[in-house]
Amino acid sequence: MLVQLTKRTLLLLASLVLASVLVFWFLSVLPGDPAQVALGTGATPEAVAEMQERFGTDRPLTVQYLDWVSGLPVGDFGVSYVTGATIGPLIVDRLMVSLWLVGAGMLVALVIAVPLGTLSAVHHRRPLGTVLAGVSQVGIAIPNFLAGILLIGLVAVSWRLLPAGGWVPPAQDPVEFLRRLLLPALALGIIEGAVLARYVRSTVLNVLREDFLRTARAKGLTPARALVRHGLRNAAVPVVTILGLQLAVLLVGAVVVERVFVIPGLGSLLLDGVANRDLLLVQGVVMVLVLAVLLLNYLVDVLYTALDPRLRAAA
Amino acid sequence: MARSVRTILIGLAFALVLAACDAGDTVDPDEATDPVDDVDGEPDEDDTDDDVDEDEVADDGEDVAGLSIGFAAEPASLDFSTDDGAAIPEALLVNVYEPLVKIDQEGEIVPVLAESYEVSDDNTVYDFYLEEGVTFSNGDPFDADAVAFSIERVQQDWTIGLASQMDIVEDVEVVDDLHARVTLAEPSNNWLFSMTTRIGAMFSPDGVDGLDEQAIGTGPYLVDDFARGDRIDLVRNDDYWGEAPDFNDVTLRYFGDPNALNNAMLADDIDLIGTVQAPEGLSQFEDDDRFEVIEGTSEGQVVLSFNHDREVFEDQRVRQAIRQAIDRESVMETSWGGYGELIGSMVPPTDPWYEDLTDVHPYDPEAAEALLEEAGAGDLELDFRVPNLPYAVNAAQTVQSQLAAVGIDAEIDLLEFPAVWLDEVFTEGDYDMSVINHVEPRDIAQYGNPDFYWAYDNPEVQDLLEEADRGDEETFAENYREVARIISEDAASDWLFLAPNLMVANERVGGVPENNVGEMFDLTVLERT
Repeated sequence: MLVQLTKRTLLLLASLVLASVLVFWFLSVLPGDPAQVALGTGATPEAVAEMQERFGTDRPLTVQYLDWVSGLPVGDFGVSYVTGATIGPLIVDRLMVSLWLVGAGMLVALVIAVPLGTLSAVHHRRPLGTVLAGVSQVGIAIPNFLAGILLIGLVAVSWRLLPAGGWVPPAQDPVEFLRRLLLPALALGIIEGAVLARYVRSTVLNVLREDFLRTARAKGLTPARALVRHGLRNAAVPVVTILGLQLAVLLVGAVVVERVFVIPGLGSLLLDGVANRDLLLVQGVVMVLVLAVLLLNYLVDVLYTALDPRLRAAA
Repeated sequence: MARSVRTILIGLAFALVLAACDAGDTVDPDEATDPVDDVDGEPDEDDTDDDVDEDEVADDGEDVAGLSIGFAAEPASLDFSTDDGAAIPEALLVNVYEPLVKIDQEGEIVPVLAESYEVSDDNTVYDFYLEEGVTFSNGDPFDADAVAFSIERVQQDWTIGLASQMDIVEDVEVVDDLHARVTLAEPSNNWLFSMTTRIGAMFSPDGVDGLDEQAIGTGPYLVDDFARGDRIDLVRNDDYWGEAPDFNDVTLRYFGDPNALNNAMLADDIDLIGTVQAPEGLSQFEDDDRFEVIEGTSEGQVVLSFNHDREVFEDQRVRQAIRQAIDRESVMETSWGGYGELIGSMVPPTDPWYEDLTDVHPYDPEAAEALLEEAGAGDLELDFRVPNLPYAVNAAQTVQSQLAAVGIDAEIDLLEFPAVWLDEVFTEGDYDMSVINHVEPRDIAQYGNPDFYWAYDNPEVQDLLEEADRGDEETFAENYREVARIISEDAASDWLFLAPNLMVANERVGGVPENNVGEMFDLTVLERT
């Protein structure tokens, strides 16, 4: 167990270092100069040179890389070229917004996936099961930005039930916060729900065939009670794994959904950063996303072994 | 082990309950107030009345009503002295930071913090007499010292390109508390005009720390909150020296996506679109009684620029042929949905020296072909490098097909805007032809700057522009008119059309500043209806 943990931790650190090199290198070959973008069409060559010196982009790439990467372990992401603000707190602010969205999206996904998946497993090879499986196939095929545009067109523009986008922090006005969160959460969660439903369905199907469930039935439990008391508990293990991995997918999906719904989260920060060639900011955001994905995988691995005693014994 | 599985299941159950709750909470009240029969879009009188009542109650009764305005580009900070983005003065100039003089809707220079001003006969000495009893929002008095401080600060600390227009100031003398005298090193007609832009904004000597986060001015509004990536909340300045504006709270909201901006308006989430960025979506507003589409003029000329450093453009006949090959009416149709105005040179009709030059080199593909043949440029190939902005791409495609009709092969190469276009076209000059909307006021002067990206080098034009700036007002207007005609006849560029200033307003707001003149979105002229 300990050997396993050490190995995974080392792998995590190595991946992070590799990611930092790649992120820095990819962005450095991107055409366009942050100093030029900041100065706009009024720029003179002298002003650009002065700005480059202020940003530090006139230094050799390796120096710039080491300068940047050495600050990362202590959370120092540097200073934004465009706004002059420290990047760390900026990312934390925006990350909070994205986490609300991802969390709400996940809830929507679970609300859809658990009943949908269970029902279609129980009704396996019967008409309802086939219809439900079909529904989740369609769901998977819709990209979430399209779901967002459709929801806005219908719910916000035609029916005028909810705002078309925007963000109100929960502390400022909880009702308005929920009103504005609902549509993006649906856009993000519906598709994710369809994906999850397929996993729920197949794990429930597997569980239904298990001996212990037959034993439970033999003891006199109804099929539904047997499934709830003994089945779901066992089905939860693989679903939790997938949930963890899909959380990372959701975080990335949120980037697009935030754009459609004009939500000031990590995704909008990233896209604006790219447009302005605010390279340190973009590097910071991408590293945070990479860290989130790697950490989630790491935690799922660790949790998985902790959850299932059989896996722990094997290790 | 069983415990951790149970914890997860309980967590899941809790999550489900939560989700069910927040779905219920948010949808129910809306369903109650807004019946679904709105789907058909038909006006339902009872329903409309309900909505209006609701708004007024939510907005604190009779006295106040917040106004929400949607814009496209977001300010990167609140500091326009170091950040060049147009969104900052758009939000803050006149509204939060007041200048001595501003540009009104007719394009005239009118006093703001200067009660009046006098200009010496030789255009070098400007006497500003200041309004009495004006204070900054930090409590400091506004006086001639603040004028001197603000002007000198532009020269010393500002980093944006526009700041160089203050270089011409030789001295600012504090005659008394309410009288500041500015002396220029040489006569200039443009200086007073440039004082209407952000470089003329007045700052308090004790109010310039942390400018990217806070703004201390003398204006009718204060910045209450700046939520990056989302909005600026402005509140009325209760100690304002002048007439109080109609709206107490104004929220400026920023939408990175033009369609999101339109949708917010359609969903009644904002009251006014500051500048419509997606004209193809305008019909949704035109067909709806809730909205009014307002068209005004801007100072943005959509220019088809020729790179005069390239050999192909040395021959005037080639340039003229391109101008005559283009049907600008249809370019305007595809680019801005037919909104806008045809212009024949780099002058918007709001400038006093405007002259209708649309008949110079009119659309005539046959004449164009003849000219090309005469110039021996039968099979011309052009590197047409275009920013990836919707209006520019649409315009470029129409231009391309019209040029193809006279035998010119213009190959379109899309460049990311701003980063790549600024780098490769604007700075490096690596292009034959490009399209962009030049929004800076009085930017015809760039035809006198051979280092500008179109590299137009015409000594006659340069002399006229220089003389204009030094001479009296009459010479100024005369020379500018002359320059506009010369560059048009010489086909220095092709001016496709003047970009419209399109806005959409709902019934709550009136007095909308329809002409986009100057750098600010003037909130003080808005009226509650």
